Amino acid sequence: MDVIKEDQVLDCTGMLCPMPIVKTSKAMKELQAGQILKMIATDAGSPPDIEAWSRQTGNELLLSTTEGEKFVFFLRKV
Amino acid sequence: MTKSNPDAPKRLALIASKGTLDWAYPPFILASAAGAMGWEVGVFFTFYGLTLLKPQLTAAVSPLGNPAMPMKMPFGPEGFQNINWPMPNLLMANVPGFESVATTLMKQTFKNKGVATVEELRQMCVEMDVRMIGCQMTMDVFGFKREDFIKECEIGGAATFLEYAADADVQLFI
Repeated sequence: MDVIKEDQVLDCTGMLCPMPIVKTSKAMKELQAGQILKMIATDAGSPPDIEAWSRQTGNELLLSTTEGEKFVFFLRKV
Repeated sequence: MTKSNPDAPKRLALIASKGTLDWAYPPFILASAAGAMGWEVGVFFTFYGLTLLKPQLTAAVSPLGNPAMPMKMPFGPEGFQNINWPMPNLLMANVPGFESVATTLMKQTFKNKGVATVEELRQMCVEMDVRMIGCQMTMDVFGFKREDFIKECEIGGAATFLEYAADADVQLFI
C-alpha cells in the first residue's frame, strides 16, 4: 500500500455524530484543491457517515482504515 | 414536483415542533450534518419548537410520558452506569424537581459520551447559514416578541416554509 501524505490532521477522538463530519467539513474548507486531510475518529458511525459525506460533497475518500481502536480517513479535496 | 432550479444544491427542509431537550437534538443534528454536506438547509420552528430560537436555551426533558426513556447514571463504574433505573409514573409525577434531575442526568450522560450540546449544534447551524424561520402564529399565540429570539433567525408563516420546502429534496417533520 502506498503511503498517503496528509497536508492537515483533524482529530475527532471522543466526538459523536454529527461533530466528526461537521468538523471535517470545516477543516476541508481551509484546504486547497488536491490537498489531503487525515481525520481520526472514535465514533463507530463515522465510517459510513464519512463515505456518505464524501459522496455528497464530491471530496474523494482515498482510504478508510483503522489504527488500533480508532478510525482513520484520508480525504482529498476536490 | 419539479425543482425550479435543477442545478441548485440539495436542500433539506425541517419542521421543529417540539421544545424538550430530547427533541431539540434531531433538528439541529440533521441541519448541521446536511450543512456539512454542502446542502441548503431551512428549519421552521413552530409550536413548542419555537423556544429553540431563544438566546438562552432552557430545554429540559421529562421521563414522564416517555416510558421508553432509559434512566441511566452518568457516573460510577461502567456496570453501574449501564443499569436502567425503572421510574414509576407515580414517582415522576409527584416528586418535585424530578424533571430537573432527569435533565441534568441526560445532559451529563450526553457530555460524557461526546455529544455536542444543543447550543453548540445551533451555533454550527448559524455558522453554516442554516435558514431558521420562527413561526409568527406561534409567537402571537404564546405572546413572544421578535427580540425574544436570536437575531440570526427570521420570522415567517406556513407559506414561507412551504415555498422553501417545495424545492427541497428532503422534508421532515420533527
